[in-house]
Amino acid sequence: MTPELRELYQEVILDHGKRPRNFRTMAGPTHHADGFNPLCGDKVHLKLMVKDGIIQEVAFQGQGCAISTASASMMTQMLKGLEVAEATELAEKVRALVSGNDDEAAAVREQVGKLSVFSGVRDYPARVKCATLVWHTLKSALNNGGNKTISTE
Amino acid sequence: MSSVSEGTILDVRAIRRDFPILTRQVHGHPLVYLDNAATTQKPQAVIDAELGFYREICSNVHRGVHELSGRATEAFETARGRVRRFLGAADDHEIIFVRGVTEGVNLVAQSWGRANVGPGDEILITAMEHHSNIVPWQMLCQDKGATLKVAPINDAGEVIPEAYAALLGPKTRLVAMVHQSNSLGTVNPVRKMIEMAHVAGALTLVDGAQAVAHRNVDVRDLATDFYVMSGHKVYGPTGIGVLYGRAELLEAMPPWQGGGDMILSVTFERSTYNQVPFKFEAGTPNVAGAIGLGAAIAYLDQVGLELAGAHEAGLLSYATEVLTAIPDLRIIGTAREKASVISFVVDDIHPHDIGTILDGEGIALRTGHHCTQPVMDRFGVAATVRASFAMYNTREEVDALAVGLGKVIEVLG
Repeated sequence: MTPELRELYQEVILDHGKRPRNFRTMAGPTHHADGFNPLCGDKVHLKLMVKDGIIQEVAFQGQGCAISTASASMMTQMLKGLEVAEATELAEKVRALVSGNDDEAAAVREQVGKLSVFSGVRDYPARVKCATLVWHTLKSALNNGGNKTISTE
Repeated sequence: MSSVSEGTILDVRAIRRDFPILTRQVHGHPLVYLDNAATTQKPQAVIDAELGFYREICSNVHRGVHELSGRATEAFETARGRVRRFLGAADDHEIIFVRGVTEGVNLVAQSWGRANVGPGDEILITAMEHHSNIVPWQMLCQDKGATLKVAPINDAGEVIPEAYAALLGPKTRLVAMVHQSNSLGTVNPVRKMIEMAHVAGALTLVDGAQAVAHRNVDVRDLATDFYVMSGHKVYGPTGIGVLYGRAELLEAMPPWQGGGDMILSVTFERSTYNQVPFKFEAGTPNVAGAIGLGAAIAYLDQVGLELAGAHEAGLLSYATEVLTAIPDLRIIGTAREKASVISFVVDDIHPHDIGTILDGEGIALRTGHHCTQPVMDRFGVAATVRASFAMYNTREEVDALAVGLGKVIEVLG
């Protein structure tokens, strides 16, 4: 395998890809949205419990590749306890990390915690949407109060 | 050209020398190109023909009195003649240059369909159609209050003959069917299906996108009313394709797009239309593309499509054997009549991850739904990995695929 591929498929990504965390449904979510990537058929159903502007709980279901599943799994862990505004900010940083220019990516790399493992996606333009699908879905859920299906195309 | 095949075995080494791209490396590995159902690579003869047009005779067709325009028109019409022979059509006028299969299907749906399909009528397709042979009919049916019927397929990926027969009826106006499935590899018994459609009083359109690169097609032997193909899947350029239609049908059909070249005379009150095929070729056509397609057909004639098809059949059965031996790998599409395509899934590993890792080994293949989402739904998968073969592929490349899949399973399994 090339170094770029090893960077893309790091252990932590493979682990979350195979054993996604918070992979379940949730009763009575305050926010939810569905994401769909028509190019590859990946689907994600995202549910959040927000109370007093703080994200209490996040769960997801769906089907996708290792990158998109790991991205969703790690996102659910990162969001717990964040304010809604902080979550939106984090979504923007992940976008910058995987698809911004080099300066943008370097600027946020230290600010996204464990999510920095996704920086290898930068070398694979065809896979950027795999990593960002769940983050687009999150923005849709938070901005629109849910009930929306978003598409990457 | 170096690849003059002799005897009954294809000289694959000689053929590979005719395709300059096959010598390149990808990610430090020799390119293993197994995405031929998406597009085939181009032999030097096709590249030279396109280049030759732009370097030597570039001009518009059917309108100039000057030398270059005459030469370009002659080359363009010579290409039409080659396509006519390639498809076994009776007359050059039955060959309409379009952008590809998609445009050809849309032309028939919009021109013939709008004039001949009404409320209560039915269009019949099969469950293995490419989106390009679904959506244009869906649009027509929605516009006209007609119904789109779908002939189901079995678990092997074959049209179920009894179900197909039962769906044909007096309301069926046209049957649109794929000759060879791009996602399953199934070769449909189109001759029989066309005969049955005609008995029911329906017209037929065959999507030949995949078939024409692997087998000889004779539209008169098939007795189809329409046949569509794309140049780039048969070693020709992108952006050029062909709609074959029976002359009397084409003559009765209204024009589709209006513009230059498709008219005889224009006033602000009315226009009179040109004869076929020009009636359906509004605007400056893809002249270089048509000439390139003509060169591709000439190249194929020299190689021998039957030899190429036999070689590809050997590769498919070898690949089927090799891939079947991989644990947790499931082949999608196991029709008795199959050609040049092998689609598969591996338990718990998403096709996109497989595609990315194989790409790192220089292996190019397709992962996804292959523009056949209903087929994916039918087999209960979101996507597949698809290896598709052309005449320049080798057993060593199939072996490279197997080794690459071993690495994938090591990393992700």
